[in-house]
Amino acid sequence: MALDQQSAPLDAALIARNKRLRRQAFTVGGFILTVFLTFLGLLAITFFIGRVIPIDPVLSVVGDRATQAQYDAARIAMGLDRPLWQQFISYVGNVLTGDLGRSVSTGRAVVDDLSRFFPATFEMATLGILIGIALGVPLGVTAAARQGSWLDQAIRVVGLLGYSVPAFWLGLVGLAVFYARLRWVGGPGRLDIFYDGLVQPVTGMILIDSLIRGEIDIFWNAVSHIILPASVLGFFSLAYIARMTRSFMLDQLSQEFVTTARVKGVPERVVIWRHAFKPIRVPLITVVGLSYAGLLEGSVMIETVFSWPGIGNYLTTALLNADMNAVLGSTLVIGAVFIVINKVSDVLYRVLDPRAR
Amino acid sequence: MSTRDWLLADSPTSRMQANAGRAYRVFTALLRNPLAVLGGLIILVLVLTAIFAPWIAPYSPTGQNLSARLLPPSSQYWMGTDELGRDIFSRVIWGSQITLTIVGLVALISAPLGLLVGAIAGFFGGWVDRILMGITDIFLSLPKLILALAFVAALGPGINNAIIAIAITSWPAYARIARAETLTIRNAEYIQAVQLAGGGPIRVIIQHILPLCTSSMIIRVTLDMAGVILTAAGLGFIGLGAQPPLPEWGAMISRGRTFILDQWWVATMPGFAIIIVSLGFCFLGDSLRDVLDPKSEGKN
Repeated sequence: MALDQQSAPLDAALIARNKRLRRQAFTVGGFILTVFLTFLGLLAITFFIGRVIPIDPVLSVVGDRATQAQYDAARIAMGLDRPLWQQFISYVGNVLTGDLGRSVSTGRAVVDDLSRFFPATFEMATLGILIGIALGVPLGVTAAARQGSWLDQAIRVVGLLGYSVPAFWLGLVGLAVFYARLRWVGGPGRLDIFYDGLVQPVTGMILIDSLIRGEIDIFWNAVSHIILPASVLGFFSLAYIARMTRSFMLDQLSQEFVTTARVKGVPERVVIWRHAFKPIRVPLITVVGLSYAGLLEGSVMIETVFSWPGIGNYLTTALLNADMNAVLGSTLVIGAVFIVINKVSDVLYRVLDPRAR
Repeated sequence: MSTRDWLLADSPTSRMQANAGRAYRVFTALLRNPLAVLGGLIILVLVLTAIFAPWIAPYSPTGQNLSARLLPPSSQYWMGTDELGRDIFSRVIWGSQITLTIVGLVALISAPLGLLVGAIAGFFGGWVDRILMGITDIFLSLPKLILALAFVAALGPGINNAIIAIAITSWPAYARIARAETLTIRNAEYIQAVQLAGGGPIRVIIQHILPLCTSSMIIRVTLDMAGVILTAAGLGFIGLGAQPPLPEWGAMISRGRTFILDQWWVATMPGFAIIIVSLGFCFLGDSLRDVLDPKSEGKN
């Protein structure tokens, strides 16, 4: 009897623990399922764009100048004589094994091209988001702390400009002012022409590679080239991050525990940074994640303006040459990175915020 | 009884009077908001410019004058001239027609489409809801601009295809809103009353659910228009949107790229037009939200 009584609460705890585990497993399973379905959806869309919309998908892959023999070979290689669902399955299989086809304009496999161009985009977007966080968060907090002041108004205008200035235009104006007039920064490209190709790529990111090789001159040259495009990207994430930070902070500052802290005589600086800012760090992660994903998109335009050898530049060149394999490959990679960033920030939010568990 | 009293009556005697009264209240609330007035004025000017372009523009938008190439802004050419001697001011004026067409058509295609998908998903629930919202979520979790680029690449460059591509990528946001609104009213008593009276799903959705979604839809569409303008200009800049010699603002910036270091005005001037018009939509959308939906003030 005594034993039973003792084990009863233990059982209850065990059952509760099992339930929690099962629920967590269920959430994890559901999460993996949504990620999987989203990727499948992305594949379905690129498949649709590449195979269904064009009147002659073969022509869009081999190009106008192909001979009849090349055309026929491509038609069979693409499996266009098979039903659509079989084509889709083999397409998914190809993508999963890393086969994105061959680019008409560069003559290389699209996967090789993409892995060669990705580091440049990654480097620029990452620097951009760092600039956006470093300036956007303090600006947003300050705007909320001094709601209605001229600073708040100015930050609101900056936020709205972030939604209404074309990124490529800002890049061009930046080049005209800071490169052509003031000579403060380097021009288009990643390095000055006489430094080009001197650093053996390790990571593909020129800032890191030049440091690894101990080429300080090249490092500073690379900095002078990346700073303008990264700042333009940073402006857009800054606008969004500041706007969201402000709105989160206003929510917190109107809460009762903030009033209590103020009544107790806690210094305003402590109220703002410790009481009000701490709880909003978690939702800010989602904002930063979304903004980072958005920068990947923005970099397509920026890279065109700055002749930046990244995926965006590769994509626009492919678009103009109607190089469909390259277009769909880049779309797939950018889309996949976009999905991953979105989902990871979602997971981080759930893990870090106890209320969302 | 003055018109104003009739509009503001506490107990309107007809549906028309109630609607007119509500519209009047929203309108006066907007008039009290300086940003709303500014945004409204900008959009009004855009519409008037587009309609009266032939009379406003001092020169032809496509007429070339090679003796007047790349002239800086002056009293004769307000925004200077481009590499073919065309007056940039006239081209910007004519470009407003293209921008307005794109914005209008994208809104006309994507908003009703999203509205319908969202209302159907919310009303029927179950598997219909899961499938429709699954598709919506997939579209929402993909980058809009890249998707639009890929669609235009497959469809072929041009304004019509750009409009289709932008519309395809912008309906999902409206579907989400419409679904959320539908869920809150689906089980309302008046809906049950209509159903008891024999109203079928089509009648309920079209006559009793969709009208209630419109106010949040108008806000969202107005806010999104800035993004649509930027995407369209981006497509034009890359060379996939409006084709030369059409005076599309993004394409004009793209042509000015070559001269940005010495003849800055060629690329800069059309950019100002884009910024002003986008800001106009932002201002109006922001203030509309404050007036029509005060709960969400300050949120995203």
